[in-house]
Amino acid sequence: MSALEHLPEIDNGLLRFLTCGSVDDGKSTLIGRLLFDTKTILADTLNAIEKTSAKRGMSAVDLSLLTDGLQAEREQGITIDVAYRYFSTGRRKYIIADAPGHEQYTRNMVTAASTANLAIILIDARKGVLTQTRRHSYLASLVGIPHLVVAVNKMDLVDYDQAVFERIKGEYLEFAAKLGIRDVRFIPISALEGDMIVDRGERLSWYDGPTLLDILENAPAAHTEQAEDFRFPVQFVCRPQESANPELHDYRGFMGRVESGEVAVGDAVTVLPSGASSRVRKIELGGVALPRAIHEQSVTLLLEDEIDISRGDLIVKSAEAREPVKQIEATVCWLSETPLSPARTYLVRHTTREVKAKLAKIDYRLDVNTLEQEATTGLAMNDIARVTLKLAQPIIADRYTENRATGAFIIIDESTNNTVGAGMIG
Amino acid sequence: MSTLTKQTLSHLDWLEAEAIHILREVAGQCANPVLLFSGGKDSICLLRLAEKAFRPGRFPFPLMHIDTGHNYKEVTDFRDRRAAELGERLIVRSVEDSMARGTVVLKHAGESRNKHQSVTLLEAIEEFGFDACIGGARRDEEKARAKERIMSFRDEFGQWDPKNQRPELWNLYNARSHKGENIRAFPISNWTELDVWQYIQREQLELPSIYFAHTRPVVRKNGLLQPVTELTPAKDGDVVEDVRVRFRTVGDITCTAPVESDADTVEKILAETATTTITERGATRMDDQTSEASMEQRKKEGYF
Repeated sequence: MSALEHLPEIDNGLLRFLTCGSVDDGKSTLIGRLLFDTKTILADTLNAIEKTSAKRGMSAVDLSLLTDGLQAEREQGITIDVAYRYFSTGRRKYIIADAPGHEQYTRNMVTAASTANLAIILIDARKGVLTQTRRHSYLASLVGIPHLVVAVNKMDLVDYDQAVFERIKGEYLEFAAKLGIRDVRFIPISALEGDMIVDRGERLSWYDGPTLLDILENAPAAHTEQAEDFRFPVQFVCRPQESANPELHDYRGFMGRVESGEVAVGDAVTVLPSGASSRVRKIELGGVALPRAIHEQSVTLLLEDEIDISRGDLIVKSAEAREPVKQIEATVCWLSETPLSPARTYLVRHTTREVKAKLAKIDYRLDVNTLEQEATTGLAMNDIARVTLKLAQPIIADRYTENRATGAFIIIDESTNNTVGAGMIG
Repeated sequence: MSTLTKQTLSHLDWLEAEAIHILREVAGQCANPVLLFSGGKDSICLLRLAEKAFRPGRFPFPLMHIDTGHNYKEVTDFRDRRAAELGERLIVRSVEDSMARGTVVLKHAGESRNKHQSVTLLEAIEEFGFDACIGGARRDEEKARAKERIMSFRDEFGQWDPKNQRPELWNLYNARSHKGENIRAFPISNWTELDVWQYIQREQLELPSIYFAHTRPVVRKNGLLQPVTELTPAKDGDVVEDVRVRFRTVGDITCTAPVESDADTVEKILAETATTTITERGATRMDDQTSEASMEQRKKEGYF
């Protein structure tokens, strides 16, 4: 037998997803189950959690222990922060962002959601749709996660009753419509028993949809199926003038990642905010010339004309250029324990550009549980609000709902250099 | 390729593109970064990623190795040769120099120097004024690493405070620091051991010979194979066996154990990695077996 037969053949790309729910919903057990049933957990890890489970007087292995992170958390029995887990099925690689579900952790959920393309929202079958379910769903839609999977867990505790599942589904759909959530799927599971996670099990025979893993395996890996404008923030300019190779003395490579859309050799491009135009002469990756570059690819662009471009500039297709703006309206999530100070100047990082910014006004703060708008003059940690910001220099602002990369920004407090806010333009 | 589905990158291409993006962000945001290169497989991948990120230019940072003085010669030779081939500057700072200065004091002569690398690293950061260190750590290695940021902030004592990390959203990395503080940047955070081997195979990266199966005298102890070397001689009563082994990680001789294996090519190692039943660190690291929280503790003290 050839050694190569063992190799996983991953050809369906990489999917980043988020799990929302609290320990009580069985979130850790669900992740543990996914890792366990896809054989990601190795013997020594299993051995360690078996010992711990026994020490805590449990008869079966507690899969939730797999996602127990830091000493501080084990001591307090809580999750402090977003943790990232990995598994692979042979068809696809997965990155799970595991965010704690407690009331006060809006900031962690927003952080975890910002890089996810799918969210699993866990509901305890005994409890149905709760305030936190609404909050998680709202935040997932706010941060633009295109695909939601509502997993009704602990079906084993309601005798695998279809009526319970249908009732929760109905409740959820009612408020999902209000949020404008379109792509939502429902699945009954028991993370504890393993039903409908990787294996179908025998107790949910009335459910004829795909298992949770099937849903993950077939979800689109790209953030959007729509064609997007080409956006290429310049990260670094390569000018190897000191090179021993004289042919490189005039080399000017603009290095960055295609944040959205795609670009081909010969395309007419415009550099923003200057407005200078040229055409793409060459696209390189590691010294290899490419005819085109697609969404998420890191490449080097060479242009036909010598124009002044530096880090922070944005290269776009000329037909898709946009006017730079010095004022933006955005939804902001405040992330810092230090409240926003309306009088202070902050730093906004948008793509690879940093500009000074001041608060012009706060339109309202949103209660993430009731979705009601309330008047406010300041922002504290975990607050979500509609604000207007004035910028010292112009940026190229796309609406977040149209472009996740050029619609997002972070707010930095220059005195501590901490990231204190996350913003979505539009 | 279906016309209905948008074209997306393969998982290795995606991981590569992300790592290149992170390397360029470090170069764009930090004034004086350094890339930590040990001659191990993860940092060998980092060098290829840096080539893809910055060629035809030079790397916008030097390479540095914190040498415990207890490394396999095959690895340090490889380290020197690879740096020379790339034409990049290699800085080596030694734990032995810190011992001579009195800043590292071993509990006993045979104590592993692995954790003491933190002291030498912090001294080197100060000596050169580095504001960022790029490292090859991965989140799948250890549970304290699962919560590590891609750009991880360390205070002026080099400490990692797990409760006080900067939120990291989208791919908008914040690598800002004040003088004396430091950013640790991990471009292959999202890679697993299997991804690393697949990348080594795809890119046909050369590795130090001890990664491949070879026959070596070892003693079986606590479920690990302890290599018998000048530094770690057999003790009375030890049964020394010649075993076909390979190293899954190459760290300090005194705390890195090989695994039994016949895999003498990257393809065979890949097959073993895909079907292994023991984690990389579980099989090989004596230092991580001390307690459930040993990595967390070392990181708080300034370790990578």
